Amino acid sequence: MNKKVRQTLLDPLFDNNPIGLQVLGICSALAVTTKMETALVMSVAVTFVLATSSTAVSVLRNRIPSSIRIITQLTIIASMVIVTDQILRAYVYEISLQLSVFVGLIITNCIVMGRAEAFAMQNPPGLTFVDAVGNAAGYGIVLMFVGFLRELLGTGRLFGVTLLTPVNEGGWYVPNGLMVLAPAAFLLIGCFIWIVRSWKPEQVEEEFHVGALPEPGDEGHLR
Amino acid sequence: MLEHYLSLATKAIFVENMALAFFLGMCSFLAISRKVETAFGMGLAVVFVLAVTCPLNQYLNDHFLEPDALAWLPGAEGVDLSFLTFLVFIGTIAATVQIVEMVIDRFSPGLYGSLGVFLPLIAVNCSILGGSLFMAQRDYTLGEATVFGAGSGAGFALAIVALAAIRERLRYSNVPAPLRGLGITFIVVGLMSLGFMSFSGIQL
Repeated sequence: MNKKVRQTLLDPLFDNNPIGLQVLGICSALAVTTKMETALVMSVAVTFVLATSSTAVSVLRNRIPSSIRIITQLTIIASMVIVTDQILRAYVYEISLQLSVFVGLIITNCIVMGRAEAFAMQNPPGLTFVDAVGNAAGYGIVLMFVGFLRELLGTGRLFGVTLLTPVNEGGWYVPNGLMVLAPAAFLLIGCFIWIVRSWKPEQVEEEFHVGALPEPGDEGHLR
Repeated sequence: MLEHYLSLATKAIFVENMALAFFLGMCSFLAISRKVETAFGMGLAVVFVLAVTCPLNQYLNDHFLEPDALAWLPGAEGVDLSFLTFLVFIGTIAATVQIVEMVIDRFSPGLYGSLGVFLPLIAVNCSILGGSLFMAQRDYTLGEATVFGAGSGAGFALAIVALAAIRERLRYSNVPAPLRGLGITFIVVGLMSLGFMSFSGIQL
């Protein structure tokens, strides 16, 4: 594996994490992480959509007129999401019910649009595929981290298997109800960013009002 | 009847707040909340687009996409196009945003100045598509869809303006370096979401 490919694959994991640094794809990262199982299925679904749609956009990149590129990308992504949704319904119906509208919302998941716009439009299909897999993995890492803590601390289980027996089933662990509620997801991602930035200080935003967040009107990756 | 709509709107604004309870539209929620003024513009644009696209998608869903919805067309009984839902919804949203942008540009340059930059971003804001998908999942009627759309838009606007106000103040505080910017914003949003949870017990 040559250096550029490796860098494209590994950079999004921590150095340029889509959630922690690029501020992409946060909606679904928060909503589906109450359980490891849904978080895992969601990561796989996003990986599939991101890899196929980015590659498709990259193959077509010289034929898409720039004035209608957004709608073209959306159509490609939406088609891939429809395929994913039908597969999930066919094989893991229970989980697809729990994910409810969030599978559909992969269409507007900023990671997919953001990578199509920022990377796939300029790069050949092979490298784009690698970039897509890398970014999906970066997204998956955050999802797994948040899902792990929320399910373990919130219910004492992992993947539905009881590890810490809760008090109401005769055990010793008092489940932390806050963890399964919405606010915990925000707090945990805040902590994730804190940990990553303490480890890699070059990501710290110097001034409070300038930094990784783009200005309004900067269409680069604001979705 | 009016009471029903009122409770639906209250529910959409407070109890099921798009941003703080369902985490929809997070990207723009975090990115465009640095100043109250721009946050207000963004909020207004979201209200507007949600109130238009929700009923529009409800109509399309009811008359074309749902199983057996094409019964009004002779020879098309029992046709199920529901697998096209995502594609139709996102197409409607992108087209509506484009049209709304052109109409505002033509008739109200002042409003265009304040909303203009946000409109293209809104086409891919999750809260818009999320609104339509929730509406389809819950089988709202046309009236309910309009109220739900406007209500959830208002909830989003409320949340983003509140967050922007807090962040304007936060600029003067000494936050630990690795938390600066995005990190502390997440924690603030978490606390706001905790505050909004106090509405969750309300039965309407």
